[in-house]
Amino acid sequence: MARVRTGVRVVGAVLAAVLGASLAGCSSTGGKRAEERAKAAQAGRPAVSTPRWTFAMVTHAGDGDTFWDIVQKGAKEAAAKDNINFVYAHDDQAQQQAQFVQNAIDQKVDGIVVSLAKPEALKDVLAKAVKAGIPVITVNSGSAQSAAYGALTHIGQDEEIAGEAVGTELNKRGKKRAVCVLHEQGNVGHEQRCAGAKKTFSGTLENLYVEGTNMPSVQAALQAKLQADPSIDAIVTLGAPFAPTAVKAKDAAGSKAEVDTFDLNDSVARDLKSGALGFAVDQQPYLQGYEAIDLLWLYRYNANVLGGGRPVLTGPQIVTAAEASKLEEYIKRGSR
Amino acid sequence: MSTAGPADGLDERLAPTSALRKLLGRPELGSVVGAAAVFVFFSIAAPSFLQASSLSTILYSASTIGIMAAPVALLMIGGEFDLSAGVMVTTSALVSSMFSYQMTANVWVGVGVSLLVTLAIGFFNGFMLTRTKLPSFIITLGTFLMLTGLNLGFTKLITGTVSTKTIADMEGFSSARALFASQWNIGSVTLKVTILWWFAIVAVATWILLRTRAGNWIFAVGGGADAARATGVPVVKTRIGLYMGVALCAWISGQHILFSFDVVQSGEGVGNEFLYIIAAVIGGCLMTGGYGSAIGSAVGAFIFGMTSNGIVYAQWNPDWFKFFLGAMLLLATLLNAWVRKRAEATK
Repeated sequence: MARVRTGVRVVGAVLAAVLGASLAGCSSTGGKRAEERAKAAQAGRPAVSTPRWTFAMVTHAGDGDTFWDIVQKGAKEAAAKDNINFVYAHDDQAQQQAQFVQNAIDQKVDGIVVSLAKPEALKDVLAKAVKAGIPVITVNSGSAQSAAYGALTHIGQDEEIAGEAVGTELNKRGKKRAVCVLHEQGNVGHEQRCAGAKKTFSGTLENLYVEGTNMPSVQAALQAKLQADPSIDAIVTLGAPFAPTAVKAKDAAGSKAEVDTFDLNDSVARDLKSGALGFAVDQQPYLQGYEAIDLLWLYRYNANVLGGGRPVLTGPQIVTAAEASKLEEYIKRGSR
Repeated sequence: MSTAGPADGLDERLAPTSALRKLLGRPELGSVVGAAAVFVFFSIAAPSFLQASSLSTILYSASTIGIMAAPVALLMIGGEFDLSAGVMVTTSALVSSMFSYQMTANVWVGVGVSLLVTLAIGFFNGFMLTRTKLPSFIITLGTFLMLTGLNLGFTKLITGTVSTKTIADMEGFSSARALFASQWNIGSVTLKVTILWWFAIVAVATWILLRTRAGNWIFAVGGGADAARATGVPVVKTRIGLYMGVALCAWISGQHILFSFDVVQSGEGVGNEFLYIIAAVIGGCLMTGGYGSAIGSAVGAFIFGMTSNGIVYAQWNPDWFKFFLGAMLLLATLLNAWVRKRAEATK
């Protein structure tokens, strides 16, 4: 009994010490408090008096994906403004994604937003949605199939065009040997980006497959590649979280290559400012989510359709050190 | 056994047991109770769960897991694992699609070639296991990684992209689709052919387990390989057969994916092997082998289908999807174990 009591006492003392330290050691910059101040400036009340419709969003995102988190944020904020009940589901396996669209149809939702990374797998189930009279908008990937599958509009970036922009930018910077780091086996959009870059790049560009769900292995694979071929002078990563890893790998391998990346996050913004990264290609994910929900609302409210039967493009936008400082506060709050 | 003994002069093991006793002794009993609990829970938590169209979606979802869970259950009763089962499904679909396309052959030719290739992979697993005496966990982990690499490497080499090209416009596609991926619409309800495949596979697996000599061999090998060998059970043949059974069903699943989606992504299937294993375990299979049932694996797959879709119908926050899924499966398994204990206590 006595021993139990001393145990409790020790735990209590440790807890008190931790609490005391965290109260005494306040940071005057950054952290949660700065985030809350920024949040207070945003509103989250409906701005319309239309009925409360339910819109479902189904994407091919894996778990814990930064990019899709921003898309979801955009969609959520548009839903709050448009008085929408917003439901979200995602899975990186095509079969499961089709299943989620079916779930949405079963729930008789008023609109569906879907990403078509694996278009053929969703063909049948989207036909069902259209047949059930549910308006569909495709986002991010699948611009080629969107209209054929009966979607109102496609919102996103043409991956091939984005890749071409990267190739052109690399030429501008006088690069000769580039490596394109693909972090998701079987993602068609990623393949298109690298193929686009290859098309316009006047040097040689190689693809390198890494296991995106396992950061240490990404670094190791990239490091090995750089050690094997010291003439590589540019590394293109296809997602923001992989840029800092590529920088680490480059430093460890003693390589002089410039790291460039698709998409943004706060560490990419910081590294752009400090010059550790060359440039980033942004496709404005917030806009993809926000516009998709907003356009569904417009369709239900006013039968408006945007784009004139063509995809509505949200990118590519080349972000360099100069723009990075301007975007930093938006990136920090997770909307860029 | 109770002390209310059998008739004089009879061995007590030969005493007739009542039907209720027999039912209580079945491995899948606990999972049936678990399934009922999950069903009631989501009926209350999710308003659209009980619609006929939702239930048909759930059945389909369960069948895609269940088709693989049945042979995996048999394999686990035989005391082994197969970690390559998930990607093997993708491999099978890829081989089928690419062979037909590249050879410009009738789609059925690709389907046949794919069956041979997939069975060969199953044979390789079983053969390596019996030859090397390494644990099946290690052997099939190796196969899993090799297949994951082969799926991408070959697809990229042959098609130049990470997914296969469409074969929907080729001869034989529509008849193959009818067999592997057809569906019937009855009002708002869509019944998919995989549900029939699933029931058939579970029925065959149950018959093998309970009515054939091979079934006795499976239980014997899982219970203790050395003892089984000593009593004349063909251990090597049984194990290789079990792996080939998993391969056969992987082929059926793979063809379903190919013919319902027409294009196959090379990177899919990773991680599904654990879903098959967990469906078998919820259904009463022991991780140590020698105990379990095929019907149980079907109930386990049904619980999985109800849970994974029920969470969506209940509109819970998707960030917590995997957490809820894991918690529900754990609870179902715990309930299952508890029911089994009670059942054994009343014997």
